[in-house]
Amino acid sequence: MNALKNPANMFTAVVMVIFALTPFVAPAIGETFYVTVFARIMIWGIAAVSLNLIMGYGGLISFGHAVYLGIGGYTVGILAFHGVTNAWIQWPLAIGLSGLIALIFGAISLRTKGVYFIMITLALAQMIFFLSVSAERYGSDDGLNILARSDFGVSFFSLEDKMTMYYTIFAFLVASVLVSWRLVNSRFGNIMRAAKSNDARVQSIGVATYRYRLTAFVIAGIMCGIAGLLQANFERFVSPDMMNWPRSGELIFMVVLGGMSTLFGPVTGAFVFLMLSEILAGWTHHWHIIFGPFLVLVVLFARGGIAGLLAPKSRRE
Amino acid sequence: MDYVLLTEQVLNGFQLGIILFLMAAGLTLVFGIMDLVNLAHGSMFMIGAFVGGTFALLTGSFVLGVILMVPAMLVIGVVVEMTTLRTLYPRDHLDQVLATFGLILFFNEAVRLIWGPEGLVVPLPDYLDGIVSLGFGITYPVYRIVIIVIGLLVAFGLYLLVGKTRIGMLIRAGASNRTMAGALGVNIPKLFSIVFGIGAVLAGLAGLIITPITQAAIGMGEDVLILAFVVIVIGGIGSIRGAFIASIVTGLIDTLGRSFLDVLLLLFLPANAAESAGPAVSSMLIYILMAAILFFRPQGLFPPKGAQ
Amino acid sequence: MTKPVALSANSLIKTFGGLTATDNLSLSVETGEIHAVIGPNGAGKTTLVNMLSGEMRPDAGNILFNGRDITRMAGPARVRAGLARSYQITSIFRDFTTLENVMLSVQATQGHSFRFWKPVSRDTSLIDPARALLERVGLGDRMEVRAGDLAYGEQRQLEIAISLATEPTFLLLDEPMAGMGPEESQGMITFLRALKGDYTMLLVEHDMDAVFALADRITVLVYGKVIATGARDDIRNDPAVREAYLGEEEIV
Repeated sequence: MNALKNPANMFTAVVMVIFALTPFVAPAIGETFYVTVFARIMIWGIAAVSLNLIMGYGGLISFGHAVYLGIGGYTVGILAFHGVTNAWIQWPLAIGLSGLIALIFGAISLRTKGVYFIMITLALAQMIFFLSVSAERYGSDDGLNILARSDFGVSFFSLEDKMTMYYTIFAFLVASVLVSWRLVNSRFGNIMRAAKSNDARVQSIGVATYRYRLTAFVIAGIMCGIAGLLQANFERFVSPDMMNWPRSGELIFMVVLGGMSTLFGPVTGAFVFLMLSEILAGWTHHWHIIFGPFLVLVVLFARGGIAGLLAPKSRRE
Repeated sequence: MDYVLLTEQVLNGFQLGIILFLMAAGLTLVFGIMDLVNLAHGSMFMIGAFVGGTFALLTGSFVLGVILMVPAMLVIGVVVEMTTLRTLYPRDHLDQVLATFGLILFFNEAVRLIWGPEGLVVPLPDYLDGIVSLGFGITYPVYRIVIIVIGLLVAFGLYLLVGKTRIGMLIRAGASNRTMAGALGVNIPKLFSIVFGIGAVLAGLAGLIITPITQAAIGMGEDVLILAFVVIVIGGIGSIRGAFIASIVTGLIDTLGRSFLDVLLLLFLPANAAESAGPAVSSMLIYILMAAILFFRPQGLFPPKGAQ
Repeated sequence: MTKPVALSANSLIKTFGGLTATDNLSLSVETGEIHAVIGPNGAGKTTLVNMLSGEMRPDAGNILFNGRDITRMAGPARVRAGLARSYQITSIFRDFTTLENVMLSVQATQGHSFRFWKPVSRDTSLIDPARALLERVGLGDRMEVRAGDLAYGEQRQLEIAISLATEPTFLLLDEPMAGMGPEESQGMITFLRALKGDYTMLLVEHDMDAVFALADRITVLVYGKVIATGARDDIRNDPAVREAYLGEEEIV
């Protein structure tokens, strides 16, 4: 496989293999907590892949993307709270709601560009954040516990089983990368990448770019909403903090760290970012004081992210 | 109609607007002139509160705390600008967002290291801790009036500075056309440091004067920051006049919304729905306003002429 | 016997603040001709092109394209109606290859692009027409080169190829010779001459050699106003035009 010769892709392939084997290897070496850690990383990976669709390939820097984690998660949480644990109801609703809100937010935000766009996506996400904080019935600040995971109603597939839960997440991660790959190389992706490069010119060849951007925004919102419903199931918990603005900032960071507008960058980025946080948090309570400047240095000196470091392109982005 | 409550909330809205203005003014100057998205502006708010508060506690005088905070914030602001932000000017906005996000993490943690996680309580001096009667049976805390007065003085001072002084002219030239201003011999790096320093002092002042009411806490700057960004987007980036009007409007809408929205909703909804929807909708009100304004006028209400 | 009119602008007015960029401008381009618009700097030539292509709206007046009123029509829609434009400052997709640039343009003509699965890089319905067009334009051996790495003259050719790929009937050419040396200009002149007959063209240019080599009719613009319009040789010999503009050229 030609693509694997690229060291950045090789790195990601190794990471994916690690993900795939962990539920078997971890108990064997007595470190089952890795299963939990990697499940979390994979969920973030899905969210990062979805952000990369609009940010890396579309040039749309959304500082409110984590809100879709919350929408997907809270839909499951609220339905479970009211006794609805049927996955066939929960999941389509979570996906539909994520898509709908992405449509509304995208329609508003995409009327602006540059910094205005960044700020509006941030502000709109804050709106939903405050909404969930003020929802006292559903836990407000403290969050909402979810007692039972989504039930598919079949005996052979239950998310209550740890392996099933883990590999469901893994399957969605693989699917999201696959979808991302096909999307980016398709006619649709062609328009998105061209519009990122020179929007005026795309319009001057007869393409109204707004509707393509909006579609991408909705697709990304849905994908992130799926990450959210997976998180709700895995953690059995949702809280407003899963969609606060530092979360959105971290998501952006993961995408940049892994290598923006590369296919596997977001997965690599999520992996490195979260592993680094775990390690640093182990050293000191005050790990942010190291992490903060680390982010600054990456931005200043390693702008192409890990993909850029491992496989520097001959042409600049 | 409870006029006492209404007046009180209008004044509260005004006071919130003033705090927002102090933040927004610095933000819009930095953004309009240096084209820098600075998320760490909220950190200046927090640092002003902690540093100024510490001076106040050490000297025993709140007023001295405010006075000493000014040069402290000026120094801190200029140092941050010269060490980190300067490298970000040529970068695109994404890089600036990310780098200043990293700065936020750093500052929050630094404050936690120095002052501990509990925050800082800065008590009001007795002579400011009273209530004054405004007639018609309306009473209002003295200190909140002081805040409003300070804000109006600062607004007037900025108006004089930007409109009537040589530095102000340089600032306006820089906002209008940075390359030309540089070509005409204006020392751009020095100008930027000064502008950033002013912004840091304003943010620090806002943070400090709010502490007797809300306490100094880690991360206090971030929520105000987002509101401040909403304000400058509504007002028009680079416009101080726009920032002032948008701040006051935002403060009023937010405060009056929280107080009276459930009353308004009772006209349309049954009682318990209005009671639960009230707080939820009022916290979203400001963002709905912003979305509406941007939908019809993406460049804001008062975009400065000639700026990009 | 009047020739059919492909594009007409009628009493266009455009002001920016206190400045009147376009002052009651009317002109018409006959089908099949090459119509040049000339004038000193600041005459409002690019503003005119922007209004014709849809990037700016006139404050008053209207624009008819093949009889249809397109004044309120958005830019992308005008392109789909057959009115294409190339840019004075080269506007291409620098990170795409030359072939990918034209493939994108071909894609734009093949209906909507809400296709999410099939890879573009293997789509012969895009590759073949793009290849053919690039051969015709003379960039056949530069197809795999990154567009940003092409020589300046080649980028200008690509610029026009992108517009041609949208299968227009009418070309708005905004200073195609901009920045070109004498040899490159000669190549561009030959190329544009070869296009005549397949496309109606409105050509905004400063390069007088190119204008007199290519144009059938010429409109002269000064301070946003039309001061003369007519057949090439009539304009060349018009004393008022010489004074206002061509005389200026001789000094330079």
